[in-house]
Amino acid sequence: MTFPLDQIFVVAKQWMRGYVPPIAWPVTSAILSVVPILIAFPLLFAITTLLERKGLGRIQNRYGPNRTGPWGLFQPIADGVKSLTKEDIVPLTADHAVHFLAPLLLVAAAFLAYAVLPIGRNMVLVDLNAGVLYFFAVGSVVELAVFMAGWSSRSKYSLLGAMRAIAQMISYEVPLVLATVVVIMQAGSLSTVSIVEKQEGYSGIWLHAHSGFIGIIPHWFVFTPWGFVGFVLFMIAATAESNRSPFDLPEGESEIIAGYYIEYSGFKFALFFLGEYLGMFATSGMAITLFLGGWNAPFSFFTWIPTYVWFFAKLLTLIGGFIWIRGTLPRLRMDQLMNLAWEFILPMAILNMLVAGVWHFMPGGPLRWLVCIVIIAIPCVLLSRRLKRKKKFEIRTYSFAN
Amino acid sequence: MNSLQNYLLLSSLLFAIGLAGALTRRNAILVLIGIELMLNAANLNFIAFWRFGLNPSALTGVMFAIFSISVAAAEAAVGLAIILAAYRHSKTTDLDQMNSLKG
Amino acid sequence: MTVAFFILALLTVAGTAAAMGLRNAVHCVLALTLGFAGVAAIYLQLDAQFVGLTQIMVYVGAVAILAVFAIMMTHSPGPAKPAAYSSYWILGGLVAAAVFAVLAWAIHSDSASLQPLPVQPEVTVQQIGDALMHHFVLPLEIMGLLLTAALIGAVVIAMDRSEEPK
Repeated sequence: MTFPLDQIFVVAKQWMRGYVPPIAWPVTSAILSVVPILIAFPLLFAITTLLERKGLGRIQNRYGPNRTGPWGLFQPIADGVKSLTKEDIVPLTADHAVHFLAPLLLVAAAFLAYAVLPIGRNMVLVDLNAGVLYFFAVGSVVELAVFMAGWSSRSKYSLLGAMRAIAQMISYEVPLVLATVVVIMQAGSLSTVSIVEKQEGYSGIWLHAHSGFIGIIPHWFVFTPWGFVGFVLFMIAATAESNRSPFDLPEGESEIIAGYYIEYSGFKFALFFLGEYLGMFATSGMAITLFLGGWNAPFSFFTWIPTYVWFFAKLLTLIGGFIWIRGTLPRLRMDQLMNLAWEFILPMAILNMLVAGVWHFMPGGPLRWLVCIVIIAIPCVLLSRRLKRKKKFEIRTYSFAN
Repeated sequence: MNSLQNYLLLSSLLFAIGLAGALTRRNAILVLIGIELMLNAANLNFIAFWRFGLNPSALTGVMFAIFSISVAAAEAAVGLAIILAAYRHSKTTDLDQMNSLKG
Repeated sequence: MTVAFFILALLTVAGTAAAMGLRNAVHCVLALTLGFAGVAAIYLQLDAQFVGLTQIMVYVGAVAILAVFAIMMTHSPGPAKPAAYSSYWILGGLVAAAVFAVLAWAIHSDSASLQPLPVQPEVTVQQIGDALMHHFVLPLEIMGLLLTAALIGAVVIAMDRSEEPK
């Protein structure tokens, strides 16, 4: 059911493309597809900075920014003006070329990841056959940009922060990719568009009234045991990949030192901020595509609402979840972070793949659910008990000089 | 139009650059990087011949390139571990100074 | 020779030449990353999507970072930097130039390499997966063993032995 409002952007793009001769169609089509992404997601970034500060403020029992405009609505504009007009300080011994290129590479890699996210029906920038692989390939360029930022500043603290950030990002990249392998196994394709299309459809009840079928349970992958576990693992790994609290030790040393972008000021600092948030949006978008049904509506009587509205609604929900977790959980120590990645999340991700295989080959019914849940739950409990008992603290003995 | 010759010339140029680096640089890590470049040049050769060849649907070139990338990554890891161990022993990565068998 | 190929080839050669020529080791690795990205773009131009994206993910995202970590851990803190090139660099350069000359002559003298681009093959990831599971399953399993051995071997070799007796 493609309602006209749903396809309004596609039709508008084709109408605008009709104004140029057919020779220029590929270039024009590319520009017309890229410009909305370049406008929409930085706008979402501005809204998110305000939402985050207000949200965190309310969680911490205070108002957020409320002076610039009604309810602080002009705060992002004020932030933008401040970061654009601040003096750009570069340390004298810094490596100027690499220092300049690092934020550019970060933002470029973050923007490139949006090319395979299906924002609505027929609204994906490029339908690559290996779309999910492209997304992770581009995401791995971010680590290099972080290293460039940390090393080019020629400062001990920034280098240390950069090494920690890279270690964290590499450790959580493996569970991130493994958590998506279950979706690829079930969907049978690496193309994001076909993964979303596999999650169409609803289970529900038949009414003999005028509408006939009311679907209340969508066929999203998150409503299966392996999908739910995969979604949880993906979100934990995504939080760690974008250095958000509770995994923000590399940058949360900002109480003392700001980590790898300590020597940056003004617009470059804002670019790092932008790159981090864009990465967060892109990973949330991928989580929505893989697990939450992409642009599909949750109930079958809501399919008249345009698909891009559903995508952004789900994206805003996930961003709200990120902000909520940031305001609630304390920060993890470096060794706790690494232990969590290698000793809990990685084994659970591998077990999840086993469960997805079992799910695929067993006949449908309650037995399948029971077996899969048992296979996941028991190792989860055992591994988390092992994690808790890892550190044995000895009684400290102090010896004072007499 | 691109012909096979262009890709082969590019890959042999990359191979020569990698070889030059591997033979002339002092830092052991940069020699390893030269070797990685040579592997990349060989991969490019495989993919070019697969694309222009007689039976592209057999996917032989693509498979070879995939396995070659995996082996190169494993070899880079082990090679860098060896360089780290050698650095810990002789406190330098300068290959010209590692010229005696006695430690 | 199309414009796209020319630009990509120029980028790749510039990146790799800088990687082998610059003095500062970290600059070398960053230029190498540019070279790898150029090679990945050429793979994408040759319709080998999977290999191109794997090249970015493995080489740019892992091997380059491994190399910079190794440079970080082994760089001597003294102000006196050693010379970048070894004492017999002329000989090495000559050997490389000779290799390139022989290869280029072999390529030029082969008239079969002038054929134009054939029709685009339909390569999907599904086909690669099928090939990996049916025809190439033995190399796949051996690759698994190799990667496991390399992982364990790298950790064991690079482990800091001086911390063991605690």
